[in-house]
Amino acid sequence: MTAITRQEVAHLAKLARLDLTATELDHYAEQLAVILQSVARISEVAADDIPPTSHPVPVENVFRDDIAYPGLDRAEVFASAPATQDDRFRVPRILDEEQA
Amino acid sequence: MRSVDADLIRQPASVLAAAISEGEVSSLEVTKAHLARITEVDERVHAFLQVTGEAALAAAELVDEKRRAGAKLGALAGVPIAVKDVLTMRGVPTTCGSKILEGWRPPYDSTVVARLRAADMVILGKTNMDEFAMGSSTEHSAYGPTHNPWDLTRIPGGSGGGSAASLAAFEAPLAIGTDTGGSIRQPAAVTGTVGVKPTYGGVSRYGLVALASSLDQAGPCARSVLDAALLHSVIAGHDPRDSTSINAPVPDVVGAANRGDVRGLRIGLVKELSGAGYQAGVLQRFNEAVELLQGLGAEVVEVSCPNFDYALGAYYLILPAEASSNLARFDGMRYGLRAGDDGSNSVEQVMSLSREAGFGAEVKRRIMLGTYALSSGYYDAYYGQAQKVRTLITRDFNAAFDKADVLISPTAPTTAFKIGEKVDDPLAMYLNDIATIPVNLAGNCAMSLPVGLAPADGLPVGLQIMAPPMADDRLYLVGSALESALTDKWGHLLIEEVPSL
Repeated sequence: MTAITRQEVAHLAKLARLDLTATELDHYAEQLAVILQSVARISEVAADDIPPTSHPVPVENVFRDDIAYPGLDRAEVFASAPATQDDRFRVPRILDEEQA
Repeated sequence: MRSVDADLIRQPASVLAAAISEGEVSSLEVTKAHLARITEVDERVHAFLQVTGEAALAAAELVDEKRRAGAKLGALAGVPIAVKDVLTMRGVPTTCGSKILEGWRPPYDSTVVARLRAADMVILGKTNMDEFAMGSSTEHSAYGPTHNPWDLTRIPGGSGGGSAASLAAFEAPLAIGTDTGGSIRQPAAVTGTVGVKPTYGGVSRYGLVALASSLDQAGPCARSVLDAALLHSVIAGHDPRDSTSINAPVPDVVGAANRGDVRGLRIGLVKELSGAGYQAGVLQRFNEAVELLQGLGAEVVEVSCPNFDYALGAYYLILPAEASSNLARFDGMRYGLRAGDDGSNSVEQVMSLSREAGFGAEVKRRIMLGTYALSSGYYDAYYGQAQKVRTLITRDFNAAFDKADVLISPTAPTTAFKIGEKVDDPLAMYLNDIATIPVNLAGNCAMSLPVGLAPADGLPVGLQIMAPPMADDRLYLVGSALESALTDKWGHLLIEEVPSL
């Protein structure tokens, strides 16, 4: 279960929104296989009946009083945005060309 | 450098705070001395990514004015501090050691920074780190590595190497670190300084740029146990802005540090965190410290935590899984780097191009590892199984704490290694955190403090003390007792032996 192919790495990169180069794909295919082989040791532990821990401190349903706080300053937020227009974030087109 | 400056930068934070509050020295003088030191040595150490000199001087003057006006000041008022560049600070560039956030000026303060300001502390700047806290050497910073003041050709640990190095280079008397798998404790160990990972939920994560939300915890870095305790009490405590923050009183860490007593205390040696894989000089200094603790009246028992052998594997599935999800926010739309926005590329293409250009090799590696661990067909075998192992590790801790009040181990298996030695060997790099990771998985607390220099290379060795959740005071009780005994033996703190730069 630990072999990982170049195609799989390319698929992972697509899912993770990383436009990897060909060199990176080769390099990561090799490295991820080694890392996965090493971490796969955890399958030796018999843990079928053990409940999973997602969080070290079991807290749930944390509420606070419904008090309004001032939000972030718009000018400060936009000052660090990559592109703005008309007091909004400007983003590239969201549809593919055939959908547009 | 004037001799008075040279003297000021070597003082403990507790002494500086007392001198400032008594009016023997001004915060402005103390701050100027540290800024001068940064100018003098940081080109070689590279502990800082950003020095906020003007703001620091203004903050120092304000503290001095408050004191003259007779205002009541906090325990560390006027004392300078360095902050790891993973905590937001309003209007000051916060990069997390990444190109993707180059130049980003957060529009808000993290709770930790807000508490430092409220305590009238003087922030000197932001310290270097492995990109998004992924690493154990600070070599994965997009802005170049930090150098260990004990030997500039060696790593200062990571991810908080900048914070630890700033202390060892006397550029700052205190610093803030964050610890997801050892990023406060391992840098402390290899730089001869003190670092504490508080109980998970003990310090607010609001404004701490998330690596792995269920593991991350900010904490104090210092040159002595008492200084760490003073800083711990400034930053800890409930914060309604972090839903995982513990709503309970902060343990009396300062009282414990002042008391420093191990008589009658049961100290557990963790069998699995010693032996094979640990450098001889590390084990030698560790064993000597164990004898010293026995001599001080502690009862030393051996405990076994068999599932710790699987902690590294579980961690390198849980951490990348959480990181891949957390780092999805860096998409080049609202903040940070945007690449390939040429009017024809779609939003998805721009996101992929931005992330490719903005993230470094280790970050991409872990994002893909996490994406894999969470993908359907592998989820149960990897992420699901890792979460079960996490439960077993917590149970091992619980059983061990039935037999002992605190547990101890070496902090890191080796002393500081050479820059470049492990940078493209992820598995070798990951092994640095083998002794520190279990605590993050279970959510309890731990401290690293220096216990000597390894005879073969003359580099610092750290000892780790682990305590149950919300028993952070025990770290300081034991740490302070051990530090006093070592100081009596050496005639000074270990950090006094660091070569002058």
